[in-house]
Amino acid sequence: MKPLSHKFRENAGKALDNPTLQTALKNVPEGFVAKRAKARSKLPEFDALTEQAQQIKSHALAYLDLYLEAYEKQVKASGGHVHWAGSGTDACNIISGICRDAGARLVAKSKSMVTEEIALNAHLEASGFEVIETDLGEYLIQIRGEVPSHIIGPAIHLTKEQIVDDFRRIHVDLPTDRVLDEPESIVNEARLILRDKFLNADVGITGANFLVAETGAAVIVTNEGNADLVQTLPEVHIVVATIEKIVPTTEDATTILRVLARSATGQEISTYTTFTSGPRRESDPDGPRETHVILIDNGRTELLASEFHEVLRCIRCGACMNHCPVYQSVGGHAYGWTYPGPIGAVLTPSHVGIREGYHLPHASSFCGACEEVCPMGIPLPALMRRWRNRAYGEGLTSLRQRLAMKTWLWFAKRPRAYHFATSIFIPVFRMVGRRERLARFLPLPKGWVRHRAFPLPEGSTFQRQWKRRRAGEVQQ
Amino acid sequence: MLNPAQTKSTASVGLFATCLVDLIRPNVGLSAARLLEDAGCTVDVPSRQSCCGQPAYNMGEADGARELARMTIQSFENYDYVVAPSGSCAGMLKLHYPALFADDPVWSKRAQAFSEKVFELVSFLTDVCNVRSVDAKLDCRATYHDACAGLRELGVRDQPRHLLASVKGLELLELKEPNSCCGFGGTFSVNYGDISNAIVEKKAADILSLDVDLLIGGDVGCLMNIEGKLRRQGQTTQVRHVAEVLAGQAGRISTRRAHNREKPA
Ligand code: SF4
Repeated sequence: MKPLSHKFRENAGKALDNPTLQTALKNVPEGFVAKRAKARSKLPEFDALTEQAQQIKSHALAYLDLYLEAYEKQVKASGGHVHWAGSGTDACNIISGICRDAGARLVAKSKSMVTEEIALNAHLEASGFEVIETDLGEYLIQIRGEVPSHIIGPAIHLTKEQIVDDFRRIHVDLPTDRVLDEPESIVNEARLILRDKFLNADVGITGANFLVAETGAAVIVTNEGNADLVQTLPEVHIVVATIEKIVPTTEDATTILRVLARSATGQEISTYTTFTSGPRRESDPDGPRETHVILIDNGRTELLASEFHEVLRCIRCGACMNHCPVYQSVGGHAYGWTYPGPIGAVLTPSHVGIREGYHLPHASSFCGACEEVCPMGIPLPALMRRWRNRAYGEGLTSLRQRLAMKTWLWFAKRPRAYHFATSIFIPVFRMVGRRERLARFLPLPKGWVRHRAFPLPEGSTFQRQWKRRRAGEVQQ
Repeated sequence: MLNPAQTKSTASVGLFATCLVDLIRPNVGLSAARLLEDAGCTVDVPSRQSCCGQPAYNMGEADGARELARMTIQSFENYDYVVAPSGSCAGMLKLHYPALFADDPVWSKRAQAFSEKVFELVSFLTDVCNVRSVDAKLDCRATYHDACAGLRELGVRDQPRHLLASVKGLELLELKEPNSCCGFGGTFSVNYGDISNAIVEKKAADILSLDVDLLIGGDVGCLMNIEGKLRRQGQTTQVRHVAEVLAGQAGRISTRRAHNREKPA
């Protein structure tokens, strides 16, 4: 996917001015936030569980090479194939190769963020395959030609009305006078369309929430069950996953599952949780004839060795964006690459570079809500600040900002000069500031005064008043 | 936890006034000093102080932030305690100074020792000085906004509410989302003014839905932001720092709204 993160400011502005989007975004606090809070309060050991989950991931990452090799061995033992892909392009080529070898025409997919990251759909379509997304949200954005705006609710930016319009526009074979106003009728229509695709797909592609080293299983959770159809009906099943998805044991996977669903949707557990490994055995009534796992690096090894390594603990629950006041205001598309919100603000620059991704770690008030709710204890604001350090070091911060900061620092480091300057500046500022007509001649920051009245200083600085008070005390 | 009332007759407190209090709202500093003195501390305001360095730190100008940090530590490390009427600046002094010097063996030790003395004003009064109530009066309906850094970095949440409960005449109502960000974020409010505005608009709406006379908070930055929005919207809701209210220095709060409520037309 071609990054558009450099246009963050522009696209955020458009998002703020888009009333339909703003209506749709109300679902974020009203849905996700409230549900997570409830789920957490119902499980007294929630915080202890998140700590366990963090330890599991940290441990797995510390011994990533060992667990990956163990995983590969288990997959092979169960009759599956393992492919290592250094980059997204490598992964795409391997996958299209498998599809070609299978003589495939139609490829069915269940929701997977990594395939968004490596732009798999575009690659497969360019290679002549028809690709169909089977998760309802993914299907919606596919027919609209969009990308996900949220990592677990890809179509969270759409209102029901928009969805109904799209269905009427795309599903032209269905009767025009059909009733399509309730969520249930919308889902049923999607089912009807997708069932046909499931049955005819030649290759099924799923992501993975976890890869279990102990058993070689891939674990995937959904609420629609579409991933199960994608991985059992077609003759060939491909699991696409990045290397940090590995956990040592089944027990570990289930521990993390307990915090994943609660953090993501506030459910105790997702509706469908499926462990799969290897192709159909003789005694199996169904299942694919051939299975492949694509293990993708695409920058993970580099991240692991960097000051951003903690971000690899991420389990893509989406809690950080759900609780982010910036995400809640502008939605996911403004971020301009696969991963929006605080996790995107840390991940995106590592993929597209800090020049392209400059705005993402900067457009944060550092309120800390993301870190507070992240079940994997990722210090997102601190990691964003590291990107800011890099940007500043590379001279990407605007000259205006740097000059303002240098001037401020020059005074702040020299308290005498500072107190002298402020004791003159502040009373003048107040005098002029009190007359609205004159105030516009003051060099006030536009980003502030466009929306807010400028604060009127009391008049004399605290240091001055304090000195006066002390002097008064002495005289008494 | 040390309790000055028990350990020695008077604890010396270096008041870190914060740059915004110094420039915009000196009354907060005077109120803070009064509260600390009432709690039995001797208060000093070293003149060798300006800004905690957070704007530089958050802009990625870590060297500049370190220089200010060194100056602040030198000015304050000889007091028993360092108190700031701001969760954000106290968080900077307490948590981020040690982080800034993580790779410097000498200063890292000094920053760590300094960090242990640093407190946000209200939590210092309750948790260290054992202040349980204040002698103040303010007739109005008010609500309290939890500023992010105080809340999430320092765990300041119940302390101001407890002390505010002892202010005579003050009726304290809870916001729907007291702990959601007001959108200030220092330079964020200027550099991404439109997004910051969308966030503070939600905060203002939450405040207005309560029909209160006064908004109270613990950080002048956030209060400036919220007040700026309310003023621009033509609202009459007043805004005060928690120190001003607790010290009985909040001035007159117009309760026109409350009267209107009591006497429907
Ligand atoms: S960073 Fe944390 S909160 Fe955000 S998606 Fe990842 S695990 Fe969830």
